[in-house]
Amino acid sequence: MIETTGLGALLVIGLMFLVTLSTRLGGVFVMSYIPISYRVKQFIQAMSGSVLVAILAPMAVTGDNGARLALLSTAVVMLLVKKPLPAITVGIATAALYRMF
Amino acid sequence: MSLNTNNIDPSKLHRLDRYLIWKGFLQLVPLSFFVIAFGIAFGLAAKQTGLSSTESMAMSTLVFAGASQFASLELWGPKVSLITILITVFAINARHLLMGATLYPWLQHLSPTKRYGVMLLASDANWAMSLQAFTQGKPGFGILFGGGISLWLFWIFGTWVGLYFGNLIHDPKQFGLDMVMGCFLLAMVVGGEKNIRMFVIWIVAASASLLAFWFLPENSHVIVGAIAGGAVGLFWMNHKEGEKSHD
Repeated sequence: MIETTGLGALLVIGLMFLVTLSTRLGGVFVMSYIPISYRVKQFIQAMSGSVLVAILAPMAVTGDNGARLALLSTAVVMLLVKKPLPAITVGIATAALYRMF
Repeated sequence: MSLNTNNIDPSKLHRLDRYLIWKGFLQLVPLSFFVIAFGIAFGLAAKQTGLSSTESMAMSTLVFAGASQFASLELWGPKVSLITILITVFAINARHLLMGATLYPWLQHLSPTKRYGVMLLASDANWAMSLQAFTQGKPGFGILFGGGISLWLFWIFGTWVGLYFGNLIHDPKQFGLDMVMGCFLLAMVVGGEKNIRMFVIWIVAASASLLAFWFLPENSHVIVGAIAGGAVGLFWMNHKEGEKSHD
């Protein structure tokens, strides 16, 4: 346990910074020891989409209907228009409208 | 966005200059406006939790990772358990490890200083956009670094606004603002490669993530889902013509 009065809080924040920084740099550091073979490339390529899907899945399942409709409308607009900004705008507007009523 | 940018020599994709950084900055400005709303919510929450203005601003400036900052507020009090906070922050931000790894095929061509430098402000949005640029055969590090600067500045600004005018956006959820990142990341997924292999990878990643979300320790779902999806890619390889000759 650490007191958050005075410098204690700044110490906690400083350590949070170091931990976060290590995550930003750590993946690059580890990869510099792994030869990038075709197999590794395939793993990385599959993983990059999977990171996003893994963030989104609980959001869609545990979110309210406003959240689900937002995601659904974003996906539909993105498929139709293929531009992220209109897709996001429609998604947010859908959630806002749904929650208004 | 013109077609001929797709014909750039692949060995030049990792280039990074002021013009590309500025272009990347501008590309992320529209999304950064939404980030202000998150920043406001964070500033307000930090103030209500009892953090001083200096502490709140220091956290947004140094940590620059919204989800983990909100989580740390949940654990904050007159006395905090340092280990619990740091483990929570690590677990939530461990996805950055994967981001660095996914960009490594291009990062490896940079000098070590630049290689780690461009990762300093990596976060969900600018990482996803830079990776998308690379896979479309466009240079992506301007987006990663310049876009990171944009997100970072607007995040800090939003936090400041939240500290002093927090009541402006009392309930971001009501305006659907809690869905900005979700919608953005989904747009990136949908805009990416679509085929039966990717589809199976996504299903596996989503299922693994949900199982981890329900049955494994908190905040482990992103890593678990990503590695499960990656493993599928490892066993079901994408045999493109010409690609194999690189090995």
